[in-house]
Amino acid sequence: MKATHIIIGLLLIWFIPTQAAIIELKPGNSIQEAINQAAEGDTLKILPGIYLEHEIIIRKPLTLIGVDYPTIDAMDKGNVIIVAAENVHIEGLRIIRTGKSNLDDSAGIKFFDSKNCTIINNRLEQTFFGLHFSNSSNLTIKNNTLISVAEREFQTGNGIHLWKCKDSFIENNFIQGHRDGIYLEFVTNTESNHNMVLENKRYGLHFMFSHENSYYKNTFKRNGAGVAVMYTRNVIMKENIFEENWGASAYGILLKDITDSEVIGNIFRKNTIGIYMEGSSRTIFKRNEFNQNGWAIKLMASCDQNTFEANNFLGNTFDISTNGSVVLNTLTKNYWDKYEGYDLNKDRIGDIPYRPINLFSVIVEKIPSAVILWRSFLVTLLDRMEKVIPSITPENMIDHSPKMNPYDFRTANS
Amino acid sequence: MFKLLKYSLLDIVKSRFALLYTVFLILVAISIYQVSEDMSKVSLSLLNIMLMMVPLIAAIFATTHFFNNLEFTELMLAQPVKRRDVFLSQILAVIVVLSLAIIIGFGVPMILWGADVTVLTLLGIGIGLSIIFAGLAFMASVLTRDKAKAIGISLSFWIYFSLVYDGFVLYLIYSLSDYPLEKTTLGLVFFNPVDLGRIIMLMQLDISALMGYTGAFFQQFFGSAKGILLSSAMMLIWMLWPMGVAMRVFRKKDF
Repeated sequence: MKATHIIIGLLLIWFIPTQAAIIELKPGNSIQEAINQAAEGDTLKILPGIYLEHEIIIRKPLTLIGVDYPTIDAMDKGNVIIVAAENVHIEGLRIIRTGKSNLDDSAGIKFFDSKNCTIINNRLEQTFFGLHFSNSSNLTIKNNTLISVAEREFQTGNGIHLWKCKDSFIENNFIQGHRDGIYLEFVTNTESNHNMVLENKRYGLHFMFSHENSYYKNTFKRNGAGVAVMYTRNVIMKENIFEENWGASAYGILLKDITDSEVIGNIFRKNTIGIYMEGSSRTIFKRNEFNQNGWAIKLMASCDQNTFEANNFLGNTFDISTNGSVVLNTLTKNYWDKYEGYDLNKDRIGDIPYRPINLFSVIVEKIPSAVILWRSFLVTLLDRMEKVIPSITPENMIDHSPKMNPYDFRTANS
Repeated sequence: MFKLLKYSLLDIVKSRFALLYTVFLILVAISIYQVSEDMSKVSLSLLNIMLMMVPLIAAIFATTHFFNNLEFTELMLAQPVKRRDVFLSQILAVIVVLSLAIIIGFGVPMILWGADVTVLTLLGIGIGLSIIFAGLAFMASVLTRDKAKAIGISLSFWIYFSLVYDGFVLYLIYSLSDYPLEKTTLGLVFFNPVDLGRIIMLMQLDISALMGYTGAFFQQFFGSAKGILLSSAMMLIWMLWPMGVAMRVFRKKDF
């Protein structure tokens, strides 16, 4: 028995190198030439150093592995690597200085019509677009660092850009300073996990017409306008952190025409607006924490059948505001730190309902200048009166079972 | 002048009012610190006290002090001392006592439970408002002969600045909502010391909400060196002009 094992093992060791050769590249060698000469399935091992190349085209299954991050410097010209093939694996490269043009969407690595590709552990710096994929599927994009240093929105492209792709993983990437951190359009069945998306000029995450996708444990911080997601159904967003998105039109998340989705266990902290919703329906918001936002939720009257259940609202300036008197959404069992009711039967649910909209937020919605009177005695007085006898605020925006104590999500989520 | 100040101070301390006020503030501060652990909530609750209670007490205390000491003042005026010194000693004594009460009343709990820039700003605003309302109260006092009338005027100053004025501003904003009003409202704020104090605090407390378009405009103004300088200058003017008017009247007043 043992002898046969050893023979099989030896045979395997013998056969693998003949199937795929390993080609080593030193600085000074041309990567493009090496690729042209390589056979399908070969591995190119790129040794450390600087390679001044751009428009490197890969049209066959290949593995590119960088040793100690060799730098491919495109010197501000065009794309760096262009892939149109299956089973391409790119790992450990440092790619810098792509062209800066919207004509060809210059990118660090660009994929067309590709399948089963993996992009792991790469560093992209000063790229226009970082990783750009179109019409591809089964991609794994993992552990990449993408940093752009543009000062304005039009000077840079998107970090990870997927157009018409499906069945992919975007995991554990770090994206900073691009236009949109992650941009998905017509992308289905894709999962984005554990990404850190920081300080991008426009949106941290931007997707449109991208159904059946899920987003877990990502962090979106200090992006120009937060996160914007539009015209999509069946989205799952779980345990993400949306933080410090400040500005005139900055949102933790902007949901426009999102249906049948779930927003669960996320943290919204210190955003001007935590969630802004328009034309969205049948979406469930559960176990989220809204902490120190200007407005925790702006729920436009065009939304219907959404459920807000068991969320924590802590230290927000305004909890909820809306623009109409019709409310077709349900609020239930949330904890509101501004709730002043009592609990006589000790079931930990307040005995009188809570109205999360205060009069002043309605006024500020109509006349933004009035925000300057916030926290003045007069406004506090008006709010009290409105709480007792609601006249201007929508009567149906009401939580009939407000919790007396905040939920502890830390134990529940882990 | 200093001798006069010393005697007026001793007089106030003897009246036990200062002690009561300090104890009251300490109790309020302690209860606020006990109830909420979050620093921003503490400063928020303290802000409400500062904006409501402090001006009210300053106004009433200053008026009653002026009239309680009227006989002493008249006696002093018969002596060869400058009228200016008599007046200043009276008002300074009130200001010193009110400020000390705030510093001890809020400062001791702050030392015990920790403070940050926001709370320190708040302390400054409280002292500023005390000075302003003491000045307004003295102005009301020298303009009338009757204690009740003077208290009435002081109270109406307080109601005007903390309630009526904001009502006017809100009405104005509401009825002219079709026009861009950022600059106008900014200007209007400068004519009310209570609002001014509140806005300076708002800039530190509700940053997220104020970052909306209008908020960003205010934030930009009050955050810039020019804004800070202008708002502190305005606070200073508010402290000085009622006092100045009161002193002018006092110097020529026939007691």
